Amino acid sequence: MSQIASADFWTFVGVVAGIYTIFALGLQVQFGFTGLLNFGHAAFMAIGAYTMAILVVKEHWALWTASLAALGVAVVFGVVLGLPTLRLRADYFAIVTIAFSEIIRYAATNEDSLTGGSQGTINLAGQGQAAYYNHTWDRVTTRVDGWLGSSNRDLAMLVIVWIVALVALVLVRLALRTPWGRVLRSIREDEDAAAALGKPVFAFKLQALAAGAFLAGLAGLFYAFQFSFFSPNDFDPLTTFFAWTIVILGGVGRVFAVPLGALVFGVIFAGTRFFDFAPFSWFSSADRAYLRLVVVGLILIGLMAFRPQGLAGNRKEMVLE
Amino acid sequence: MDELVQLLVNGTVTGSVFALAAVGISLVYGTLRIVNFAHGDYLTFGAYMALLVNLHWGQGMLWATLFAIALTALLAIVLEYVLWRPMRRKGAKFISLFVTSIGLALVLRSLLLLGGGAGPRTYQINVFQVYSWGPVRLSQSQLLAVAISLCAIVFLALLLARTQLGKSMRALSDNPDLAAVAGIDIDRIVVYTWLIAGALAGLAGVLAGLIQTSFDPNMGFQLLLPVFAAVVLGGIGSAYGALVGGLVLGIVEELSTWTRLHGGVNPTWKPVVAFAVLIGVLLARPTGLLGRARLL
Repeated sequence: MSQIASADFWTFVGVVAGIYTIFALGLQVQFGFTGLLNFGHAAFMAIGAYTMAILVVKEHWALWTASLAALGVAVVFGVVLGLPTLRLRADYFAIVTIAFSEIIRYAATNEDSLTGGSQGTINLAGQGQAAYYNHTWDRVTTRVDGWLGSSNRDLAMLVIVWIVALVALVLVRLALRTPWGRVLRSIREDEDAAAALGKPVFAFKLQALAAGAFLAGLAGLFYAFQFSFFSPNDFDPLTTFFAWTIVILGGVGRVFAVPLGALVFGVIFAGTRFFDFAPFSWFSSADRAYLRLVVVGLILIGLMAFRPQGLAGNRKEMVLE
Repeated sequence: MDELVQLLVNGTVTGSVFALAAVGISLVYGTLRIVNFAHGDYLTFGAYMALLVNLHWGQGMLWATLFAIALTALLAIVLEYVLWRPMRRKGAKFISLFVTSIGLALVLRSLLLLGGGAGPRTYQINVFQVYSWGPVRLSQSQLLAVAISLCAIVFLALLLARTQLGKSMRALSDNPDLAAVAGIDIDRIVVYTWLIAGALAGLAGVLAGLIQTSFDPNMGFQLLLPVFAAVVLGGIGSAYGALVGGLVLGIVEELSTWTRLHGGVNPTWKPVVAFAVLIGVLLARPTGLLGRARLL
């Protein structure tokens, strides 16, 4: 248990929690507030990350323009997904979104020339060269580190990611208090009533999907910046399920429940790494990774069975019945 | 032409495994209205149970398969009593149950990773035995898989059409309230449904492990989406539809690689063909091939 006090480790956990906060916030907008069963959320994260990396490495764009373009592409894909599928029934929509996410992942794995294939972005510059898109971002983190008086890159990332996350949280909270936000919630509660009142339900759903895609794309950018290399399997359905666990754990339908869920989830997920007492000590550290996934699964089941409103959710505004 | 016939045969082999898994999902959806996301992991569980018998206890595939079928059916029944029934009693509806099944899938898969390791596993069978008729070549595994599946499919079709149990299951699927009013013991039929779905999943898992030659704990989940595509193609809630959908999807997947079709699809993209079919069917004809028209 001695390593549990390592500040560096928990800084890293904090960065990942921040990235997942932005990611899960997108899902909260889509599901928590509009009732859309998006189980392919990881696809938008992948699109954000890959678009930026491809534009920087292959087309030699500047990081900032590539990032903006990546966000735009993520939104476009959100619209492309939503246009034909949002009219489907909830359970069919869920399955289609999973299929969409897997198509994106397969495309990223198979289209070696475009995405570097299954080995990931290290391959983007072609054979024999290790592609690196993060030069500009490294300079940013070095400068922020200078202001903070630290040499820990993760600390700079922590500050940047959480500032962005807080801005996003506040903006979403404000947006949800507007008439736009109220319509979203009415769609979640009773789509037909909203339609009967003359609200263009489809357009609002599309906007929610696009907004969530934007946030997921943003999370994808930070993921790319943090890890410098990534591959298609970083965006598999498990990533989406983590976001769902975070949203449900924090509380469906409450904006500031998302960072709560992300932090608690991060602590549980990372903290179990340090449990070197029985029964955890019976398992090798490789096996403990699987044990952590068992714990995540049990958390999901447990939440659904015993506390569907999560830690901070609103029982009255329960979407999960 | 030879290539086409071979592809058709390969498609029937994979399609029959899709069909077995798809029927299980369809039966459960029909009686319980839940999409069991963990069904793929029931398949993997079956495959690994057979591995236990085949590899560790050194028995032949026949015993391994029977063991796998029995154990997976048992797993399904235990989960019904321990998880699904209590959740339904609490009033859990679709979304909760779907998310629960995702959690269950994660638990099952991770337990299999813990128990069986992440590396690829193979059954102890003769992989070199090949049978040919004319232009068609089939390995022993493929031949067994398609023969057993087709027998199981016929058995299941008879069960659903001719037996009291089958009729009760279809009644429950059509209209649960009316079935209850007619005196059908819903809880008992639900348990039988899980038993059949579990047994089919166990069988499908072993057969999938056979035809894939090597498999790992992710096998079932990787099969799950093509199987969903088969269910939707056939018409969600229709057991016969799932059988048809499975076979059709398997054949379509294989045929898509036919070189006469503009060079054919690269085989690594085959699952994407299944996804494209899934999305296409949902957009064009959501009720599938044999499904009943229903208010969407």
